[in-house]
Amino acid sequence: MRVVLTVIGQDKVGIIAGVSNALAECNINIININQNIMQGFFNMVLIGDMSEATVSLQEAKEKVHALGEKIGVEIRMQSEEIFTAMHRV
Amino acid sequence: MLFNTKDILETTRMITENKLDVRTITMGISLRDCGHSDIKVTAQKVYDKICQKAEHLVKTGEDLEVELGVPIINKRISVTPISMVGESCDSNDYVTLAQALDKAAKNVGVNFIGGFSALVDKGYTKGDRNLIASIPEALAVTDIVCSSVSVGSTKCGINMDAVKQMGEIVKLTAARTADCDAIGCAKLVIFCNAVPDNPFMAGAFHGVTEPETVINVGVSGPGVVKHALESVRDGDIGMVAETIKKTAFKITRVGQLVAQEAARRLNTQFGIIDLSLAPTPAIGDSVAHILEEIGLESTGCPGTTATLAMLNDAVKKGGLMASSYVGGLSGAFIPVSEDAGMIAAVERGCLTLEKLEAMTCVCSVGLDMIAIPGDTTASTISAIIADEAAIGMINNKTTAVRLIPVPGKGVGDTVEFGGLLGYAPIIPVNNFSAEKFISRGGRIPAPVRSLTN
Repeated sequence: MRVVLTVIGQDKVGIIAGVSNALAECNINIININQNIMQGFFNMVLIGDMSEATVSLQEAKEKVHALGEKIGVEIRMQSEEIFTAMHRV
Repeated sequence: MLFNTKDILETTRMITENKLDVRTITMGISLRDCGHSDIKVTAQKVYDKICQKAEHLVKTGEDLEVELGVPIINKRISVTPISMVGESCDSNDYVTLAQALDKAAKNVGVNFIGGFSALVDKGYTKGDRNLIASIPEALAVTDIVCSSVSVGSTKCGINMDAVKQMGEIVKLTAARTADCDAIGCAKLVIFCNAVPDNPFMAGAFHGVTEPETVINVGVSGPGVVKHALESVRDGDIGMVAETIKKTAFKITRVGQLVAQEAARRLNTQFGIIDLSLAPTPAIGDSVAHILEEIGLESTGCPGTTATLAMLNDAVKKGGLMASSYVGGLSGAFIPVSEDAGMIAAVERGCLTLEKLEAMTCVCSVGLDMIAIPGDTTASTISAIIADEAAIGMINNKTTAVRLIPVPGKGVGDTVEFGGLLGYAPIIPVNNFSAEKFISRGGRIPAPVRSLTN
């Protein structure tokens, strides 16, 4: 399963490092990262591959949520399917 | 397949800010094999079958919620109309069966169970009579059982004996649950042209043409539509309709995904998507606010019916392409107590019962969740049911009535139902009498389907 992470919040040093580190610990491979700063706000969309993951989606979600709270950004993690359904005919 | 960031952020914003959700996953379960002469045996068979078939329903819903990141608000069950299940019992009192439904639904953890129902479009069977007589007590002694009675259809006309009786049953149900503001009436719907695959409460039941089990899904998203319309404030109505269609398409695609996946995991059939705009009392989740965004000062003012007609039609057009099977009640819902904008419109004196009746001609369902004075007579309630059923019968659409005559309360008072049922100011009712008309009984003949002027 492929997952989409969206990270939104105040920009600071180490957001990508933190997120990629958390994903590496779950053995989730990063396929694509799209990131920018708009008016001081950090926006990132990351697509990850969970086929070799060592944890369930629920566990991975909890892990990145906890990370988000720790570094002060909002991190959401969802299956890619919802985006495919909504934006591809 | 990679996505552009704009699409992804749009979806997450719909969920986090605009309250996009899947309103309900409803599992239909046939209870046609549960009949027995001993009502206790029937009740046990009903309980066992529901517990077995719906064992994994709630868990599946919760799993999908985690994976897709979209809230799935309700998990529900609809069953074969209990008038049919109970018909072979020797007992006349079906309250035992309602209690079995309540217990089974609580055991599997769903929010509501619908199907304490009877279909009497043309007349009563023994089971129909017993069921309808049991409604006030059944709704008082259970918590999450919902009841519905179909009193007419375009093909059959309107059963005026049932219309008369249902006015009385609504009053009895109110009296029996008087200590909690007649909450029983919030779980009772009277239909014309009832549909067999509706996932929404209180009117869901598992129709006789349905399979053994089925998954029907109701989508939601008034907040998403309102937000989309904020970007076309200078556009003409054609552009408004187009924007609603596109938004409805996206909302419905989420429902379709959830329905297919839920059906697959539960090893059952995907039935239909109900293309609905279902409001909740939460701010930012209102159908009335969509109408006001399009250009009405307050819902209920002149222009409301036309605006609602366009909205309803655009929702269907957008949703139809997004789903392989569409059914249920499909359309915009206008329940008063469950919609912050509708409540406000009633409070400012702009939205009346008569205007609501006109609105029901062009949108989904009917007079829904409307609190009326407790001293409204049974015959007046019957007359309102008859009017609403006539609209459905003539226009070949489903209409429904869910009125709550609140004992001891009158115009100026407010009732609080809590949760998704919301709260409502009591709306005035025209009290000139239709007693003679209602007491005649009999049937309104099925209408002619040509010469439609």
